[in-house]
Amino acid sequence: MTQDLIPIYIYSRKYYVPEGSTIITALEYLGFKLKKGVGCKEGFCGACASLYRLKGDYKLKGGLGCQTVVQPEMQIVQIPFVPAPKAVYKIEELQPDPEIFVRYYPELYRCLSCNTCTKICPQELQVMDFVQAAVRGDFEQVANLSFDCIMCGLCSARCPAEITQFNVAMLARRIYGKYLMKKSTFLEQRLKEIESGKYEEGYRELMSLSQEELKNRYFQREIDFQIT
Amino acid sequence: MGYPDYMYESIKLVEATRPRRAEMAKEGLQKFLKPLSAEEREKVLRDNHPDYQPEARKPIRVGPNKGEHLTSEVVDILERPSRLPRDFKLEPVDYETDVLVIGGGGAGCQAALWAAKNGAKVILCTKLRLGDANSMMSQGGMQASVNPGDSPLIHYLDAIGGGHFDNKPELLKIMTSEAPYIVKFLEELGVIWDKLPDGHYQTQSGGGASRRRMLSCRDYTGAEIMRVLRDEVRNHPEEITILEFLPALELIKDEEGKAAGAVLFDMETGQYHVVKAKVVVLATGGFGRIHIRGFPTTNHYGATMDGLVMAYRAGARLLHMDSVQFHPTGAIYPPQIHGFLITEKIRAMGGQPVNAKGELFVYPMEPRDVEASEYIQECKKGLGVRTPDGQYGIWLDSPLIEILHGSGTIERAFPAMFRQYKRFGIDIRVLPMLVYPTLHYQNGGVEIEENCHTSVPNLLAAGEVSGGVHGRNRLMGNSVLDYNVFGRRAGIEAAKLARETEIKGRLNVDHVWEYEEELKGEGIETKGYSPLLLPEYRNLESLKRHRTEFDPFAPAGL
Ligand SMILES: Cc1cc2nc3c(=O)[nH]c(=O)nc-3n(C[C@H](O)[C@H](O)[C@H](O)COP(=O)(O)OP(=O)(O)OC[C@H]3O[C@@H](n4cnc5c(N)ncnc54)[C@H](O)[C@@H]3O)c2cc1C
Ligand code: SF4
Ligand code: SF4
Ligand code: FES
Repeated sequence: MTQDLIPIYIYSRKYYVPEGSTIITALEYLGFKLKKGVGCKEGFCGACASLYRLKGDYKLKGGLGCQTVVQPEMQIVQIPFVPAPKAVYKIEELQPDPEIFVRYYPELYRCLSCNTCTKICPQELQVMDFVQAAVRGDFEQVANLSFDCIMCGLCSARCPAEITQFNVAMLARRIYGKYLMKKSTFLEQRLKEIESGKYEEGYRELMSLSQEELKNRYFQREIDFQIT
Repeated sequence: MGYPDYMYESIKLVEATRPRRAEMAKEGLQKFLKPLSAEEREKVLRDNHPDYQPEARKPIRVGPNKGEHLTSEVVDILERPSRLPRDFKLEPVDYETDVLVIGGGGAGCQAALWAAKNGAKVILCTKLRLGDANSMMSQGGMQASVNPGDSPLIHYLDAIGGGHFDNKPELLKIMTSEAPYIVKFLEELGVIWDKLPDGHYQTQSGGGASRRRMLSCRDYTGAEIMRVLRDEVRNHPEEITILEFLPALELIKDEEGKAAGAVLFDMETGQYHVVKAKVVVLATGGFGRIHIRGFPTTNHYGATMDGLVMAYRAGARLLHMDSVQFHPTGAIYPPQIHGFLITEKIRAMGGQPVNAKGELFVYPMEPRDVEASEYIQECKKGLGVRTPDGQYGIWLDSPLIEILHGSGTIERAFPAMFRQYKRFGIDIRVLPMLVYPTLHYQNGGVEIEENCHTSVPNLLAAGEVSGGVHGRNRLMGNSVLDYNVFGRRAGIEAAKLARETEIKGRLNVDHVWEYEEELKGEGIETKGYSPLLLPEYRNLESLKRHRTEFDPFAPAGL
């Protein structure tokens, strides 16, 4: 199949690449050996944050290199990672108290509500909204709104208030998961059973079966998708 | 973007059969379709599965597994010489530590955390950023027997049958009996599991499991666990030093033959770094990026089998390295997402595999190897859908999910998948996905025992790089569990071992040279080096004017 080539600019130089390339595959096509700025290649890790400008558009845009299809005359740079302060804390000593944001990320309260973060987020998350939820101390809402964050760093690279939205959200989610979600009572029971050695005899028996007996046991096992 | 016009002819046929197939699903597919019998399974595997093709395996001529048949591409990489120059000096030592963890995925982070908790000083080195790993990508979930109608014993039975009874029983016992504890441990770190209103876990079924046992975090399960582990590792700067963009190249031993560190390689500057350590934990993950039999892969960019190569040269035995997991549903169109994983949960929730004519041709929940073989067979029969670049795929009818579970289900349960396709102009709520099997998982690896020891003293291994726990076929949800259980155990054992260990005599890489002598002795001359470190995707045309002497990654024979 012959592919049409289109012009793009990488680190300011002009190149021609096949139409339909992503930023990452365009770089590879041109002979760049990627040693940074790439990870999963599937939109899950946030390693491939890139900035670009389109022809005739004054806006600086951001996207994931592995998910963004190049367009004619696009100007591209990669941002392998965004240096960002991360609070160091002992999770077991924290409380689900909004005070922790004041302590660890005081710049949070400087948010100008400019919405720049939301506009650039390649996951299309309501970033400003979760920042505002953190300001209000609403852990659950931060957790829900930020859940699909892949920590690419683009929001914080553009934030005029120098907030590291993704680290704030990380802290909020961990607090929510650890302290605020309802616990399973049955899990504790299962753990006690295991600790008390309830299954040891069963394991001994299974592990002493001959290959033949084990196969029979397996193929005859009951299949039951009820929870209780 | 979106599908090319000609594909809509086939999509129309899929739409035409959809209402009927929805009825069938409501009544229970088992009524209309039977899983294959043992003989039928055997036949479809033999005729179609990549592992069963004649050139798929060959004997390895050197090293601890000499004479054994392994996957051919694995053999090719193992039979290459090292990247270290012969006059290489292990001086000066750049870093000294109790425990060196190689690999910054889930297994590596668990190992580092638990070694630190148990009093060891740790260095964790990794090839890309911390968390750029297969662990970040798992979507479907993690198995653990957290429901009353289930038990660790049933989990054990499911996994050993799934593994074709080749699993090491003592490893499987540990994995299945520690699973519920891992759920709790991760929750205490702040992992947000999908839950029911009463606080109990939402669980799904999965291929080969006889109970609902799959815990999830939307379809970002791996990302959620991985980013929490990464955050926690970064909460211990005193005990854990993180070295990013610094892959290991070879292991180092002391005069007694114990593992005693590694040579790291800065891919940007070309500099070597020497780490001296009392214990080494290998957590480098799998091999998807070696593209066995030319298949695309679901794996991350750094999954190039490095740890296996280093360990093998150091004398570690491998187990089950003759079997490869192909996932039935990889994306085959649009080309930008070729090979990407479509989670098994799509089928678990009713998305049916159908051919170009819109016919449901296979029971959707066969074990992965069987299901994949059936798709390959259907395409061979000419009933696949052709892509513009001449490949074939079958439809995975995602819109059925909205019909069966109500509209809005896809966006809620599969945000990652929905987003993935939307980026390329395809709305999977109304259009099916085109799929074909993709290279997914390294079933075998470096053989370990209960406390993660390999056959090389003071070299431990955990996670996808290790072999034994899954036998020759891993079930969905058991590898996230695996890296958590054994990553933790490796960390605890490493700290203990470090306290008892004294590094004796001269640090050396003599095993590397001995291995090369063995290659020579067998008359093996190969182009290129291993470990690969990075896969090669540069356009060969663009490398024509390439000065290979400046490029440690220059493809062999350029
Ligand atoms: C797309 C996808 C979906 C999946 N879904 C599921 C699922 O739903 N359920 C499930 O149970 N399993 C799933 N798996 C499998 C599971 O995610 C992996 O098997 C598991 O995460 C492996 O963990 P690990 O820590 O051993 O390896 P990884 O997470 O891959 O980590 C290995 C690390 O080592 C680093 N490394 C490699 N070479 C070197 C070197 N030379 N020097 C230093 N560092 C190096 C890598 O860069 C990486 O950071 C999935 C896998 C993929 C790819
Ligand atoms: S919230 Fe910020 S870090 Fe997270 S995905 Fe969006 S832009 Fe990236
Ligand atoms: S970019 Fe910064 S200041 Fe603007 S809304 Fe987002 S967090 Fe607030
Ligand atoms: S490489 Fe992981 S998101 Fe792009």
